Amino acid sequence: MSKDEMNISVTRGVVQSIKKNIRSYTMIIALLVIWGILGIMTQGTFFMPRNMSMLVRQTSVTGILSLGMLLVIVTGNIDLSAGSTMGLLGGIAAVCQVWYNMSVATTILVVVLAGIVLGIWQGIWIAYLRVPAFIVTLGGYLAFRGILLGIGKSVTIAPMSNAFKNIGQGYLPLSIGWILVAATCLFTIFAIFRDRSAKRRYGFTVPHIGISILKCLGIIAVIVTFVAVLSDYQGIPIPVVILLCLGAIVAFVTTKTRFGRSIYAIGCNQEAADLAGINTKRIVFIVYILEGIFCGLAGIILTARLNAGAAGAGNMAEMDAIAACVIGGASLSGGLGTIPGAIIGALVMCSLDNGMSLMNTENFWQYIVKGLILIIAVFVDIVTKKKAGK
Amino acid sequence: MSDYILEMNDISKDFFGVYALKHVSFKVKKGEIHALCGENGAGKSTLMKILSGIYRHGDYSGTVMIRGKECKFSGVRDAEAAGIAIIYQELNLVSEMDIAENIYLNAWPTKFGVIDSSSMYYHASELCKELNIQAPLATKVKNVGVGVQQMVEIAKVLAKKVDILVLDEPTASLTEEEVDILFAFLNALRDKGVTCIYISHKLNEMFRISDRISVLRDGELIGTYPTDEVDEDFIIKQMVGREITERFPYREREIGGTVFKVTDYNVFDASGKQILYDINFELKRGEIVGIAGLMGAGRTELALSLFGAYGDKIIGDVCVYGEKAKISKPLDAIKKNIAMVTEDRKAQGLILTQSVSNNIVMASLDKLTRLGVIDSNKQHVCAAKHADQIRIKVPSLQSEVKSLSGGNQQKVVVAKWLMTEPKILFLDEPTRGIDVGAKYEIYTIMMDLAEQGYSILMISSDLPEVLGLSDRILVMHSGRISGELSRQEANPEEIMRYATGG
Repeated sequence: MSKDEMNISVTRGVVQSIKKNIRSYTMIIALLVIWGILGIMTQGTFFMPRNMSMLVRQTSVTGILSLGMLLVIVTGNIDLSAGSTMGLLGGIAAVCQVWYNMSVATTILVVVLAGIVLGIWQGIWIAYLRVPAFIVTLGGYLAFRGILLGIGKSVTIAPMSNAFKNIGQGYLPLSIGWILVAATCLFTIFAIFRDRSAKRRYGFTVPHIGISILKCLGIIAVIVTFVAVLSDYQGIPIPVVILLCLGAIVAFVTTKTRFGRSIYAIGCNQEAADLAGINTKRIVFIVYILEGIFCGLAGIILTARLNAGAAGAGNMAEMDAIAACVIGGASLSGGLGTIPGAIIGALVMCSLDNGMSLMNTENFWQYIVKGLILIIAVFVDIVTKKKAGK
Repeated sequence: MSDYILEMNDISKDFFGVYALKHVSFKVKKGEIHALCGENGAGKSTLMKILSGIYRHGDYSGTVMIRGKECKFSGVRDAEAAGIAIIYQELNLVSEMDIAENIYLNAWPTKFGVIDSSSMYYHASELCKELNIQAPLATKVKNVGVGVQQMVEIAKVLAKKVDILVLDEPTASLTEEEVDILFAFLNALRDKGVTCIYISHKLNEMFRISDRISVLRDGELIGTYPTDEVDEDFIIKQMVGREITERFPYREREIGGTVFKVTDYNVFDASGKQILYDINFELKRGEIVGIAGLMGAGRTELALSLFGAYGDKIIGDVCVYGEKAKISKPLDAIKKNIAMVTEDRKAQGLILTQSVSNNIVMASLDKLTRLGVIDSNKQHVCAAKHADQIRIKVPSLQSEVKSLSGGNQQKVVVAKWLMTEPKILFLDEPTRGIDVGAKYEIYTIMMDLAEQGYSILMISSDLPEVLGLSDRILVMHSGRISGELSRQEANPEEIMRYATGG
């Protein structure tokens, strides 16, 4: 192959892959546009490493909540109780820490178990007793908030142990951070080339080697920039590491496993899934248990970050999580949505909060702007889908 | 002025350079029933979309003349104003409203802005009398059968002023009796001077009702023929462009021992009502057994309950390979090597927004997974193998299923079930809504499978199909098997006699 031909085939491959993922790219472009506007309006303060660090830390709670929410939404259900569940479980974490002086590990265990119990409760009603998810979780929204008020007697429970606070406030030491980066980069290269060799074994055509190398370099560049910016302040915040790890696991589960395939099938056509031998009730049930666990983990981070358990914690957080999923391309009628999309959606919501706080805009503006962005995001999605369909 | 009420002259329409219609000149006489037929994708619906204003003037080339005047519709409303009404295959009714309210949907008679219900019910009852709709007008539409719903849909159109009525597959969900009522009514409309364009896949109906037949193939009008001068074989030949010497590729085969046996089988639904009574039958290796019967006879319920997807209480025995089987959910049936191609492929068979490949592997994910993780390369190989086996025509296995034609969608469902490596196949209306060419391919696939030793239970409302493919025919009537006929003794009259309980 001559050099020119090679260039042509690499360019063509890149163009094809952009076309295929046009949806993800529009989302990223939208995020960058919003960032650009916020950067200009705050005279660059938005992009300071200190603020970036704060932004991603804020995103971690909404992000983790969005992971569970995405699974729920993909099955065609909804969870309006996520904020209350997170508040209650965060409150339980505070109680374990402050009133019972439990260790960090025991606290996490108790919270996760409590999350599973709440998940089972909602899952039974929704999956097996067939009460609409909207109603069950609206009930949860009220009831769980009530339990939290009952436990906390409306007082703030504080302070947490230093080790526990670290979960929400700590940073990964620089050295460990960079080791992780190196490991991730090596893994990316390994995964991309293993995929190539597997494809070869099955006799499929593989993309041009240049494209694979470009892909590796692209991913590595993003990771390194991200970590470099954060390291310029204090390092990678621990909650962000937790979000990224959980996100990677859930993304893998949704795209590569039987369980993941099943939740998309259920959301798109429950009857067809049933007839194909998928145990749809059990899968919806498990999804709600997972949602309970994610709410618990988000609650732990929230309590650790605030260093307190409060009665109002997590109020309205479910709306941010639902909006994040939808901005990230999920459809409330089920069957559509991706984990990277949900995380980017969470980042959009938190960027708006963060940027407008920096600009000292009054609180009410944040609600108005977030509401408008949500509607515009869905509108753009509908328009692009129509175009693609033609 | 000519005696044509509608003249579509030299109509061409392309989608990104691919012609859907090529210089079609379609003329309809005033007061005739004009049947329009052609394989799926032949251009029937594109032509009707131009007539109904969905494709606006300027989106196509050529002229549309009504009563000799050129019409330039810029939307559906313009076409309606010109007296054109279309009844689509899918019902467009508000299920929570009653029959009268649906008939006058968005055209409710009002007095000072308030709905005048006495006037509405009066006019609706007049219309219903003509159409022989017997259900009380105040019944919610969701509580009446599909047949009545279809009639309500027709009444809705007739409540407006209509000169040209287009019916797209109107009998797909009607019983024989309802078809008779509909046809009597269409004849009455013809006497009143209303023109009808009748689109259908059912040739026998077309011959019963129409005055002339037009055939479209690959976007071209092949010809328009007076109905009494041609026969079914001729029309089929025009539609497919080749002679199908045999409509059914039946081959004699060796039939083996009993594979599947049902004894004293009774099924009750969730409300405790008995749906199936004392069903007894068996299925042999390599055998195709057809189940005939009218709508509501319990055929689909029988297949679904045997597959573990229907029925609240089930009494009776099912034996697979001489072993008693307990099938309470679809997974149990799949494990016993039973597969079920359901009646409604869109609602029950396919994940429309996902790829062909994902759909094919959906019921056999355990073959592709290790520790719960799917091997996507293996998926691709397996999906490609099954797609090839039954000749699914798609640009890529990654295409979304919803972009496929009906025939190819049906093949995707069949491929999905073949991948589970079944021995026993239940096919519920396997050729509903697919064109003649694709039908023939499905028949060939069924014959191939039977020859390879699969046992097939086929439910079909298409009598020629049941007669043409089955080795044995079971006839059902109100939840019971009312007759069993061998291939040799079966004929349409005999089947109808059992089906009507005679």
